[in-house]
Amino acid sequence: MAENEKVKVAIVGSGNIGTDLMYKLLKAPGHMELKMVAGIVPESEGLRRARELGIETTHEGIGPVLEDPEIKIVFDATSAKAHVRHAKMLKEAKKTAIDLTPAARGPYVVPVANLTEHLDKDNVNMLTCGAQATTPMVYAVSRVTPVLYAEMVSTVASLSAGPGTRQNIDEFTFTTARGLEKIGGARRGKAIIILNPADPPIMMRNTVYVIPEGDFDEEEVASSVERMVAEVQEYVPGYHLKSEPVFDERETPWGERRVIILLIEVEGAGDFLPKYAGNLDIMTSAARGVGEQFARHLLGIKKEAVA
Amino acid sequence: MIRAPRLTDTSLRDGSHAMAHRFTREQVRDVARALDEAGVPVIEVTHGDGLAGASIQYGFSKTPEMDLISEARSVCTRARIAALLIPGIGTVKELKEAAERGVEIVRICTQCTEADISQEHFEIAKEMGLEAVGFLMMAHMRDPEFLVGQAKLMESYGADCVYIVDSAGAMLPEDARERVAALKDALQTEVGFHAHNNLGLAIGNAIAALEAGADQIDGSLRGLGAGAGNAQTELLAAVLDRMGANPDLDVFGLMDAAEYIIAPMMPFQPFPDRDSITIGYAGVYSTFLLHAKHAAERFGLDPREILVELGRRQAVAGQEDWILDVAVELAHKKKQGAA
Repeated sequence: MAENEKVKVAIVGSGNIGTDLMYKLLKAPGHMELKMVAGIVPESEGLRRARELGIETTHEGIGPVLEDPEIKIVFDATSAKAHVRHAKMLKEAKKTAIDLTPAARGPYVVPVANLTEHLDKDNVNMLTCGAQATTPMVYAVSRVTPVLYAEMVSTVASLSAGPGTRQNIDEFTFTTARGLEKIGGARRGKAIIILNPADPPIMMRNTVYVIPEGDFDEEEVASSVERMVAEVQEYVPGYHLKSEPVFDERETPWGERRVIILLIEVEGAGDFLPKYAGNLDIMTSAARGVGEQFARHLLGIKKEAVA
Repeated sequence: MIRAPRLTDTSLRDGSHAMAHRFTREQVRDVARALDEAGVPVIEVTHGDGLAGASIQYGFSKTPEMDLISEARSVCTRARIAALLIPGIGTVKELKEAAERGVEIVRICTQCTEADISQEHFEIAKEMGLEAVGFLMMAHMRDPEFLVGQAKLMESYGADCVYIVDSAGAMLPEDARERVAALKDALQTEVGFHAHNNLGLAIGNAIAALEAGADQIDGSLRGLGAGAGNAQTELLAAVLDRMGANPDLDVFGLMDAAEYIIAPMMPFQPFPDRDSITIGYAGVYSTFLLHAKHAAERFGLDPREILVELGRRQAVAGQEDWILDVAVELAHKKKQGAA
């Protein structure tokens, strides 16, 4: 029976993200079996931990993953530059790529919003942590009333922002804003990221501001948001609203408007990374959710499920 | 003895906060023209939160900032135009447009612990031939030695000057002095100081910074800026003149600009009043002032409770959304307490 079958998967990249994803795949494999973890530094903590857990590892990069015909789905947690190369190789090797880098060779996916449209693609991109945290909220509004403008502000603990983010923070801004538009359904999107060095480190915080096109029913919006939070929680348990939606009047380029304000906190599961790093957790959790959907699709399991 | 510093007037950038980002083209032209005529060499024009700051989070600009930059540029004969860029808010895309509009100096601004997010912006600014100034915000939160490390990063990325920025107006003269002195000691580049008057020390801190060797200093006419405002440009000019360190500023011309051009357009005179003093005292970002007042009114709170709690949570520059968080929580607690 397909229900009991597993699709073999691999992780390329043995840094923080790859390692946290490894723990998530071991904790909740679903229809996936983690076959290999690939890195380039033999003594890296990620590869060492994988070896200790009895998982096949390689420090020769993506090569051995490509050569293994059993592996069907590959999570790429390397860098944008590396993924541009990997994307081509994975396509040739007929493997599905789930891209956690900013390379974006394939379409953007957010599990609760648009993943089902892209299950036939061979490469999908996970956007940014901020987009995974906030796009579902904009989508929740736009599915009940058209959205003119959506803005998100992500505040993450300084300790959880790695060199990739720091060297290319503009990329976060552009990609996240595009996600709010393309997947969230806002006519215009804007993204802001702030790093906070407080000690002890803060949980990832996101504020989403939404301006609908016209009049809207506050209860209908609140109820759609509440349902969406529950859907996201299925794959990111630490995702929650800090308060009921707030409705406030603001001066905007479109005159005085009623603005929907959603305050979101993301607590990480603490699988490998600390709990405050909700920004990293939501990436690995969402990637795991996407992997599971692809695995079910490959196995021909029709039943809809998020995780 | 101090040396005559280079003065940057930020009425049209930091002042944007106090104006709730409502500057008109005409106002910007009038202010820029007066500053230019009075010999101010650098005029900063941007949304208060820098390029692309226009947002629900910080407030939308009444007039697009790029148009304001063009207006300022069009009336200046000697002064150069500067723009503020806060990575995470603005990007190199807006920087390029600002340069096309006539910006020659970019001031690249990060929380004083996060200088390493500014590398790409410095490198691209230098490639574009711009002068690039580094801004270490909320510098009261870290000691001089730590700030030296961050300033050195900016220097290594190509900064022509690094500023100690007292965004919270929380520094005492000694704090300003030792931070500027440490940077002067460790860096090859110039060092600057940006003051806020929340504790009534803006001019005093600016002078302390100059005594410690600062090469550049910021002011705004009538102190028009966030919180209790900045060191007043016209007052700096008068004091520098008395100290024998006037960098060719027309003291009376600046007084007139403050009196006849800025004062009539100001919605209020920034001043160390109850809420602004609290900002300096609690060490929170000066621009929280108007947002905290708005939230306090909305939720029936005292703005000071919100500001002190934000200080306790170590909120940093740009976190205006935490004001709402805190207000919602405090209001909820009060309701529970009353029930």
